[in-house]
Amino acid sequence: MDELRATVESIFRRESGRIIASLIRVSRSFDLAEEAMQDAFAAALSHWSTGGMPANPSAWITAAAHRKLIDYARREQTRRNRQEQLRYETKDTVSDPQAEGDMSATWEDDRLRLIFTCCHPALNEGAQIALTLRTLGGLTTTEIAHAFLLPEQTLAQRLVRAKRKIEQARIPYVVPVKSTLPERLRSVRAVLYLIFNEGYSASSGDNLIRRELCAEAIRLTRTLCELMPAVPENEGLLGLMLLHDSRRDTRVNSKGELVTLEEQDRTLWDRAEIEEGLRLTQLALSRHNPGPYQVQAAIAAVHAESSTAAQTDWRQIAALYKELMIRQPSATVFLNHAAAVGMADGPEQGLVLLDGLSESGALDSYHLYYAARADLLRRLSRREEALIEYQRALSLTANAVERRYLRRRMNELGALHNTI
Amino acid sequence: MRYMMLIYSRESEAATAEEMEQIAAGHRTLMEDAARRGIFRAADPLEPATTATTVRMQNGKVLLTDGPFAETKEQLAGYYILDCEDLDEALEWAARIPTACQGKPGCVEVRPIREIRGPSAANG
Repeated sequence: MDELRATVESIFRRESGRIIASLIRVSRSFDLAEEAMQDAFAAALSHWSTGGMPANPSAWITAAAHRKLIDYARREQTRRNRQEQLRYETKDTVSDPQAEGDMSATWEDDRLRLIFTCCHPALNEGAQIALTLRTLGGLTTTEIAHAFLLPEQTLAQRLVRAKRKIEQARIPYVVPVKSTLPERLRSVRAVLYLIFNEGYSASSGDNLIRRELCAEAIRLTRTLCELMPAVPENEGLLGLMLLHDSRRDTRVNSKGELVTLEEQDRTLWDRAEIEEGLRLTQLALSRHNPGPYQVQAAIAAVHAESSTAAQTDWRQIAALYKELMIRQPSATVFLNHAAAVGMADGPEQGLVLLDGLSESGALDSYHLYYAARADLLRRLSRREEALIEYQRALSLTANAVERRYLRRRMNELGALHNTI
Repeated sequence: MRYMMLIYSRESEAATAEEMEQIAAGHRTLMEDAARRGIFRAADPLEPATTATTVRMQNGKVLLTDGPFAETKEQLAGYYILDCEDLDEALEWAARIPTACQGKPGCVEVRPIREIRGPSAANG
């Protein structure tokens, strides 16, 4: 029984996104679709424990879930016309449960439609993320709440509100028309990247669930690339995620301390992820239509191809950050550019850039600005000034992992000169 | 499904006569387009928010207040009702509604109209 349960769970993980997408198309309701799918999985568990596994488990479950939908529709006598529509629409998909080959074409379209519906910009960002993970990722409400450090109640409410809006405001279940497609795709990519980053950020929370978030973001982006082939920014995003994920095990040491890129043990980086990430990045760039994700993937690729921090082509990195500043200016990008220039042309040059930034005052309360200054000053052996900047950074962040890193740097500087 | 599009503009930023004419022309074009597509149901501009009176029942008595119910930077200035296939179509039309003079702030709130089903309901 336990073995069967594990098998069913793994089928759920793999197939629930596809199955629910087709159920939503037919029922036009997230709630009905979810109910039907859960009922079908429960039925599978009880049927298979006595009658054994069918030849094609996922087709069995899909067919069972579609029958559940018809049952619900029958129960709802007042909505006769919808029932007719259901019968009509399920006729050709359910008639032969073994005919998976024929079904897969519809399934792919369904999943693509579902991605766009879940990431519709008329839903707020939190709702887009929760809905994507719940319906396409098959994560439970508890798991998602855990991952985002939110009370389960809050997350459940968010999902209810989002599904209600989709139905009541009639957010369509379609792949957007050509004129809005690029903009809508941007929204999809942003959601996928947010999910990845939530899992990747070393801030806090349950490590296993965070790993799961990254894996899920990669899996969904991979699906997007399969469903919409040859879109360079999609490929760039997948490449970027893989290249970052390859370093995941080396970013925090056994004591839970942040390990900078410079200090990471590169022999522990995941080679398979690097190979695939590099291949995707090159493929994307070869299409000659660069975008912010491709540029970031290119930066990650330079790091991935360097055996040590010292051997890194920092000029190339600085040039890529400059490119990124034009396409997607942000405080982090400016700081990373300054740091790369510091590595390529010497710390003084990096400081000149940071001084230019500080004139605007926009980064005055941003801890990473002071941390970046401190690192450059440390390289120049301007110890006293570096300590002051590390102290400023420390006073501006509550993130435990970052605080530990800053303290370590301060201790290193202090210990060297026997002060503090 | 019918969608109501509530237009909010900044009344404090007075438009020139020329700008007003441009806005009016924008609305005329939009209404004609929507009518040609058979989805136009209604549209009207409102007098300024200074003409608003808010009526509220409090402890069984009618309480009147001078002005709109909420003080906001942008005021309700008019509305459209269009019968669209789905939210995407509604949003596309909403994006074309001129909200204020060019370059000045304004926005459109898009809300589905709840259809009351029943024997007397004319619109289904």
